[in-house]
Amino acid sequence: MKRAITLGAIAIFLTIASIWMGKASYSWFPPQASAEAILYDDLFSILTAIGTFIFLGVTLAIVFNIIFYRAGRYDTSDGLPIEGNIRLEILWTVTPLLIVIGLATASYQTYDKMNLHGPTEIASLPQVIEPAYADTGIIAEPMTNVEVDSKQWAWVFRYPEKNVTSTELHLPVNQRAHFQLRSQDVIHGFYIPAFRVKQDIIPAKTIDFEFTPILEGKYRLRDSQYSGTYFAAMQADVVVESPEDYQAWLTKAAKQTPTPAPNQAASEYARRQQKEDSAGWKTVVPAPAPMVNYHS
Amino acid sequence: MTTTTPQDLIPKTPPNWRKYFSFSTDHKVIGIQYIVTAFFFFLLAGVFAMIMRGELITPEPDLLDRTVYNGLYTMHGTIMLFGWTFPVLSGFANYLVPLMIGARDMAFPRLNAAAFWMIPVVGILFILSFLVPGGPAQSGWWAYPPQSLQNPTGNLINGQFIWLLAVAISGVSSIMGALNIVTTIIRMRAPGMGWFKTPAFVWTVLAAQLIQLYGLPALTAGAVMLLCDLSVGTAFFDPAQGGNPVLFQHFFWFYSHPAVYVMVLPVFGIFSEVFPVYARKPLFGYKIVAVSSLIITGLSGIVWVHHMFASGTPGWMRVVFMASTMLISVPSGIKVFAWVGTIWGGKLRLDTSMLFAMGGLINFVFAGITGIMLSSVPIDIHVNNTYFVVGHFHYVLYGTITFGIYAGIYHWFPKMTGKMYYEGLGKLHFYLTIAGTALNFLPMHPVGLMGMPRRVASYDPEFAFWNVLASLGAFLLGISTIPFLLNMVSSWISGKEAGNNPWRAIGIEWLVSSPPEHENFEEIPIVIAEPYGYGKDEKLTENMG
Repeated sequence: MKRAITLGAIAIFLTIASIWMGKASYSWFPPQASAEAILYDDLFSILTAIGTFIFLGVTLAIVFNIIFYRAGRYDTSDGLPIEGNIRLEILWTVTPLLIVIGLATASYQTYDKMNLHGPTEIASLPQVIEPAYADTGIIAEPMTNVEVDSKQWAWVFRYPEKNVTSTELHLPVNQRAHFQLRSQDVIHGFYIPAFRVKQDIIPAKTIDFEFTPILEGKYRLRDSQYSGTYFAAMQADVVVESPEDYQAWLTKAAKQTPTPAPNQAASEYARRQQKEDSAGWKTVVPAPAPMVNYHS
Repeated sequence: MTTTTPQDLIPKTPPNWRKYFSFSTDHKVIGIQYIVTAFFFFLLAGVFAMIMRGELITPEPDLLDRTVYNGLYTMHGTIMLFGWTFPVLSGFANYLVPLMIGARDMAFPRLNAAAFWMIPVVGILFILSFLVPGGPAQSGWWAYPPQSLQNPTGNLINGQFIWLLAVAISGVSSIMGALNIVTTIIRMRAPGMGWFKTPAFVWTVLAAQLIQLYGLPALTAGAVMLLCDLSVGTAFFDPAQGGNPVLFQHFFWFYSHPAVYVMVLPVFGIFSEVFPVYARKPLFGYKIVAVSSLIITGLSGIVWVHHMFASGTPGWMRVVFMASTMLISVPSGIKVFAWVGTIWGGKLRLDTSMLFAMGGLINFVFAGITGIMLSSVPIDIHVNNTYFVVGHFHYVLYGTITFGIYAGIYHWFPKMTGKMYYEGLGKLHFYLTIAGTALNFLPMHPVGLMGMPRRVASYDPEFAFWNVLASLGAFLLGISTIPFLLNMVSSWISGKEAGNNPWRAIGIEWLVSSPPEHENFEEIPIVIAEPYGYGKDEKLTENMG
């Protein structure tokens, strides 16, 4: 009886701690700036709660034994020769199995709802669940279409609708955005943490990608697949704005003649050449700064 | 009580340090050669890590040129894997397997020595690559084409070329070692040692080396094909000439994920040996623990695409590999619960090896939880290639594997050298290491969730706080090796005599002198009991006690 109460108390403590951690996990992320981010953070919260329960459970069990079952200094006796317990062993095989089946199902549903596309040329998953944007009043059509060109080490965004190029990614809020991702040289990674989305860009291929920005603001896009010397500097700003502001920006940008955009890799490389810096090794020469209608 | 023999056996041959620099075919000499050589590379790659963390203590790229940073992180990862983790565990397998199964040596002693002597060659090639024009490889240990095929110097002999050559040699060495170890375990177990009388460590080594046999040919072939692309103008992986760069990723991860299990399985084996000794209880659920190693071997071959969830992979493939990856946590979980069951209600002795094993277990549970998170496709889409992954795998490779290796070194040091180490220095080493591990690798998780990519020489100022903590942790880990080295060197020279079995452990290796004679056994033991008879008062062997 006493043992049951103790176990019950421990279980309650673990549950409360786990729920608290699950709730706390929302604060570990950048702002939820896309419909996908909301789905993402919910799933992560569940995983955090379950993970906390398991981690604290195992750790407390070990600490409990360190405190209560330490041998005395001159105690050379052995413990009880317990070699196993079939019921326990079945329990701790079946329970994790059920947990991972549940997690795999939940993850699949979340992934399906995100409906990010990505490389689908071989076969694609049947769309069995309504996409995330379906029930949120988000406009799925017409989509904002953006062509993304990546090269060592610059991002260029092209808006075919007005034939505008920019080194800053502008997107209208609450509208599904569709991207065609391309690379001119090596593999790059299209990654915007505030949107919780990522896709590698494979050279000599065009990869379709989709998500829905839902929060106005300025975010960072980073190359996520290592691409050589100036990899860390291959970043761009992402501006999510109202559809009116977006249209105004597009119209204004269309009127500007292309000029070279500032490019960190190109300017760092130029400085390095001037200094004749002997500290570094020979590098792939960065592509010249891109010529675009708009840059920040 | 068979845990002590009435009289300690005294080795007949005087110690001779010169044998460690010779082409010895004694498995014990080769084992120590592996461990000591690997530890040298561990320190070297650790210095690389500390220089990198020095760069990352501020957001700007101010300490190193970006090319130098990229070369250092590439060689840090490469040397830590091919110079430290694989060889040190080969060292343990070499030293312990014949002793544990009652064999006089490995099945192919000359092959064994040849496999070892390739390791210094590999290490020297890695170091020499810093001296060629253009510096060492700067494409990470994945060496994804086409980035790894870009050769800015235009020279035939370049860092990437040497890197690929060394990796291929290391692959050949490991295949030779695996063949030897698998044959030894299957064919040379002592009379009476059926599979369920074989120690768990031997099971895990077998499970790990089977992975080497089926997986390494893929990586080695991939490395050779990449080498051809780089040097002789083939286009297997170069998209500009119609090659397929994603194919290389499949070749690479088909081996390199199972490789994680090659590294972690023997450490599971070390945990399974250490916990019963210091808890004075049999290994809980020994048979299931033993068999779960082979289940891991099987499953580890069908999980590799989880490294490519954000790569050029279609959705159906991502989901299939998510399911297989989550499944592999079940046999790993069985082991974790079994170790807790072993500790439960025992008579715990907190010697240094036990501390490292328990610390490693807790770190492994943490790494396992972040591992499950990463196996979920939608979760991985955001954190893939961020510091969250770096934190996760350092909890595996440092928090679990290196902790397990330390536990193993302290546990078998008396057997290998005949001397006791200094417990106080050992404990100091443990506390510094566990503090350094948490400080270094825990901050990588939040900073990864915030969106900091891995492999960057510079980063946005919003990530600075966590990076400062991680850098301090890295320096602390550097400091933590000082008491360890002091302890090992001074104990080996002037430690107290250990006797056969200072821990009163059960196992054939503890029935012979410390260090064991050449060829280990005058008379081959005849095994009559299961390996973990703590508290049972039974004889392990018919003829040796």
